[in-house]
Amino acid sequence: MKEIASMHHVTFSYDTEEEGSSLISNKALDDVSFTLYEGQWLAIVGHNGSGKSTLAKLLIGLMFPSSGEVNLFLESLSEENLWEMRSKMGIVFQNPDNQFVGSTVQDDVAFALENNGVPHEMMVKRVHEALEQVKMTDYVNHEPHHLSGGQKQRVAIAGALALQPELLILDEATSMLDPQGREEVIEIVKKLRTEIGLTVVSITHDLEEVLLADRVLVMNEGKVLMTGTPHEIFQQGTELESIGLDLPFALRVSELLRDTGVELQGNHMTEEELVNELWTFHFSK
Amino acid sequence: MDISLQQVGYLYAKDSPFEKRALQNVTAAIPSGSYTSIIGHTGSGKSTLLLHLNGLLKPSEGVVKIGDTMITSQTKGKQLKDIRHRVGIVFQFPEHQLFEETVEKDIMFGPLNFGVPKEIARDRAHELVKLLGLPEDVLQKSPFELSGGQMRRVAIAGVLAFKPSILVLDEPTAGLDPRGRKEIMELFHRLHETENLTTILVTHSMEDAARYSDRILVMHEGTSVMEGPPEEIFEQEEQLHSYRLGIPRSVHFQRKVENMIGQRFGRIALTEEMLAQELSVAIERKGERPC
Repeated sequence: MKEIASMHHVTFSYDTEEEGSSLISNKALDDVSFTLYEGQWLAIVGHNGSGKSTLAKLLIGLMFPSSGEVNLFLESLSEENLWEMRSKMGIVFQNPDNQFVGSTVQDDVAFALENNGVPHEMMVKRVHEALEQVKMTDYVNHEPHHLSGGQKQRVAIAGALALQPELLILDEATSMLDPQGREEVIEIVKKLRTEIGLTVVSITHDLEEVLLADRVLVMNEGKVLMTGTPHEIFQQGTELESIGLDLPFALRVSELLRDTGVELQGNHMTEEELVNELWTFHFSK
Repeated sequence: MDISLQQVGYLYAKDSPFEKRALQNVTAAIPSGSYTSIIGHTGSGKSTLLLHLNGLLKPSEGVVKIGDTMITSQTKGKQLKDIRHRVGIVFQFPEHQLFEETVEKDIMFGPLNFGVPKEIARDRAHELVKLLGLPEDVLQKSPFELSGGQMRRVAIAGVLAFKPSILVLDEPTAGLDPRGRKEIMELFHRLHETENLTTILVTHSMEDAARYSDRILVMHEGTSVMEGPPEEIFEQEEQLHSYRLGIPRSVHFQRKVENMIGQRFGRIALTEEMLAQELSVAIERKGERPC
């Protein structure tokens, strides 16, 4: 498997100097390591202040680690190769309103291509393809600001896709959307992953998004608290709750059912699993 | 204080080439002491409606009645001062409005502007910090040193500081993590009870609307289209769908199970706790029946 990104013992401090006293350092990240392979979907979760946003900033080279190493595409990320590395990744941020530059949807998607000197014909083709992938071809000449939240994020994803990135980073890309917008965006990302095998890192609060990932990294107080498949992670129910994270709906209902005295066989991650168990063991007898 | 909206209409940039209708024929009653959720798809007019609830916007058509005060297109700004005092609005991301040097000064700012004596305003700031579960030493800190969740609480304290009897909340949990969301919603629930507030919540979360409110107002394309208790509103899944709205997760799950067993539960499961109860009742009933 080809390695796309990795961190090795990464520590990062926002230093606060105080006069007369020694340097007080606040470790926002503390000895973080992980490896991401081609085609994988990695979800990074943690409550506000757990270090997940710092991790994202280091991964895209907005900041550099105090110690340790960030590798992208098998090269150590540095100020020298930063721009080359960035050209291989697409990033979608939280607030859809803060990332538009073009006055129409297609201008916006074309913006980065133009900056990268892509020839016009190629550009037209790639813009069209990218908008097709996010199902926004009906809106090519719309003003981005008049779109719904979910549509805006889909255009932002198209902007990233047009660059044909090897890695797509979603930095809380669904957290400001209404439920419908969230579903739209997740639907698109799911499709991209199966159709073009895109490698995805999503930094998120959304549990349904976490369930779609191959691997989950749970951050707490700057450290990697646990890592594993969504199934493995959500088995740790109470520990996740104690660090301020939520559990998937089906798991919460399972726990509540046990409290009322209903016996269940397993810990169910999805509604389908829970419905099936209820049917098999409780209603069909 | 009761609020009533009678055939309220609103046009942005009225009589200009950019005129745009945002509200049309909105009629609704929000009884004193109720906890009302306003739900509607993005662009349904929720936010414009909210601005009418303390006179930040005056209706282009119809009447907004808040307690004894009638607001129409003819109402003068001066007459609204009293209303602003009684209706507190917590806007989205209220922490963006913090500006003072210390938390104490920030919370005192509103009351001082309304002419409350300094000592009383200070006492109130101290009480509020406690009420909102913040450590007392935050009072002398700069609001900008605090964590996001704490900043939001300070901003909410600033709204509560002038003792509104109606509290309007515009998606108060946007951008918070799951624990923060729950804490803030529980806080408003508690305040609603202890401070005898009339609470109006604008939300995208059907789960919050179902759990916390006793009345729901549905907005669609600038008009009020449904009004009633959550038990009734969330029974009408198809109609909600036509307004591009969903039902709470627990009700959705309930319907799935009901379809599977070919039998309806006794009541609608507005929360996960209710769902678990109804499920266990249904399972028990099944056990009793001879096969």
